[in-house]
Amino acid sequence: MAAYVLRRVLWGIVLLALVSLLTFVVFYVLPSADPAQLRAGRNADPATLAQIRRSLGLDRPLTAQYWTFLTQLALHGNLGYSYYSQASVGSLIVDRLPATISLTLGAVVIWVAVAVPLGIVSAVRRGTWIDKLTTGGALLGISAPVYWLGLLALYLFADDIGKWPILPGAGSYVPFTDNPAKWFTSLILPWVVLAASFTAVYARLLRGNMIEALGEDYVRTARAKGLSERRVVWRHALRGAITPLVTLAGLDIGLLLGGAVLTETVFGIPGIGRLNYDAIVHADYPVIQGTVLVAACFVIVANIAVDVAYAYLDPRVREG
Amino acid sequence: MSDAVLRVEDLRVAFDTREGLVQAVDGVSWDVAPGRTLGIVGESGSGKTVAAMTAMGLLRGARVRTSGRVLLDGDELLTASPRRLQELRGTAIAMVFQDPLSALHPLLRVGAQIEEALRAHRSGVSRAIARARAIELLELVAIPDASRRVDAYPHELSGGMRQRAMIAMALANEPRVLIADEPTTALDVTVQRQILALLRRLRDELGMAMVLITHDLGVVAETADEVAVMYAGRIVEQAPAAELFAAPQHPYTWGLLRSMPRLDAPIGAELVPIPGRPPSLVHPPSGCRFHPRCPYVRERHREVDPPLEPLVGAGADGHRVACLLSEPERRAIWTRLAQGAPE
Repeated sequence: MAAYVLRRVLWGIVLLALVSLLTFVVFYVLPSADPAQLRAGRNADPATLAQIRRSLGLDRPLTAQYWTFLTQLALHGNLGYSYYSQASVGSLIVDRLPATISLTLGAVVIWVAVAVPLGIVSAVRRGTWIDKLTTGGALLGISAPVYWLGLLALYLFADDIGKWPILPGAGSYVPFTDNPAKWFTSLILPWVVLAASFTAVYARLLRGNMIEALGEDYVRTARAKGLSERRVVWRHALRGAITPLVTLAGLDIGLLLGGAVLTETVFGIPGIGRLNYDAIVHADYPVIQGTVLVAACFVIVANIAVDVAYAYLDPRVREG
Repeated sequence: MSDAVLRVEDLRVAFDTREGLVQAVDGVSWDVAPGRTLGIVGESGSGKTVAAMTAMGLLRGARVRTSGRVLLDGDELLTASPRRLQELRGTAIAMVFQDPLSALHPLLRVGAQIEEALRAHRSGVSRAIARARAIELLELVAIPDASRRVDAYPHELSGGMRQRAMIAMALANEPRVLIADEPTTALDVTVQRQILALLRRLRDELGMAMVLITHDLGVVAETADEVAVMYAGRIVEQAPAAELFAAPQHPYTWGLLRSMPRLDAPIGAELVPIPGRPPSLVHPPSGCRFHPRCPYVRERHREVDPPLEPLVGAGADGHRVACLLSEPERRAIWTRLAQGAPE
């Protein structure tokens, strides 16, 4: 297992190098906004532009720029400096991480806590009103775009613009270390909005898996043993049904830790996704490069974690 | 038999399907006494498994219609409350299934599955005691190195070992009745014999009543005291095992016997398959249900539905058959067939 993880980590590093090259090519080489132009202002003279180019290192050959980026990262862990704020990209990301982690983990807790019981109940009581309600609600949750849902939530419940102003609205995020209570209340709406579509997907998926598992021979055996129906469902059927969901949850968490761009933007949460969005708006190449790499890193780590978790959840995989 | 521990009386089970009402079991009665084995034989779809599963209460639902009675000592299982049924399962009546690989939970250790069966009915039993008992049970079913195998997952055991573990689990609470549904079908021939020998030993040691469901008359010959042959949801012939093999009465039983390879058959005798296919259970044939496949069919057989009736001849104690041919006719035909004559 250790050798397997090591091999996966090494592959992950190679993959990260490829991702960095791809991001570099997309933003530096292909035509997009000129960062020097953006910084110099609309009517800047060529001398100023050239001077800004020189100071940002944009006048050097592309290969040299990429090489500098790679060596700086590999040798010093340095992701470069923002064109926009002059701060180091590393420190910008570290500053933004807690917000993204808060948003992601809270949403995960909600969607798991809601989707698992819903999926189970609608599978066990298939065809009843509770199943129809869940399935219908799930369809709604899957179809509703997250930014629309976010705006709707703000319109209904935000304390500044809401019809029923009961919860802090956009831009109210407070770091946990500053004020835990405010941190919590400010994140309730974003958590619920972000969790909505995931809840829907997971509930539906679990419902399907549970229906399948409840028809398995081993569930019949569990009943024949004289186990209570609750134990049959929660231990035997669920155990067989949940493994694919754990895998999916791992990947989704990895993806979200790279920044929930839409949710963070709608609710003005200063997270990685927002940082990435702002960086694209400002053609802030080093920050784009950094956030993309961090996101890729999370996805790769999540993939490895999921594979390891899978081996623990399903003993049949372990021998492979 | 008045000392029966499990008694099925006029059991009928029908499934409501899109194609119509499927009468899977149509008026079946049998019973089994402690220390005895009833073999139920028939093709797939003859209703033998459905009857057993219904008795266990494993086939309840909106689309299942049952009638008749299933008596386990004092309890009527068809109408038992889910709670009572749950108490009886495992403790009074247990079941061993055909394919142990799918019937055991693939993600739980064998030992844990046995311990769970124990603790489900004895709330006071500690983990440690349950584990010790699980090892004991694995030893009882002759699994070598039981204290190590108790921590194995099903896929880490061989097919025979898995079925042994399955049996150990069924025996965890020393049930009075064990229903074994094709317990050897998924296994190699040599392993089949071992498992059957194990079941016989356990039946005798524990004084259990056993119901052995199989499509294989060979399995029944070795193990059963009494045999019921099922066809299209009904019992067509029922007799003590020795009697059934010595003087079978129903053309379907003849077909089963003649399609079974045996070492004591006359030299040159060929295996004869039963022509045709099992009938539809939505629209069963009129008259005798076996008539479309019966080589001895007469015009009358297409209209009259024969009841299961005891033989009158001497030495036929407890032998019953549902056939419209007369008893002397049947004896004459079987004598010819047993000597290897074609139909």
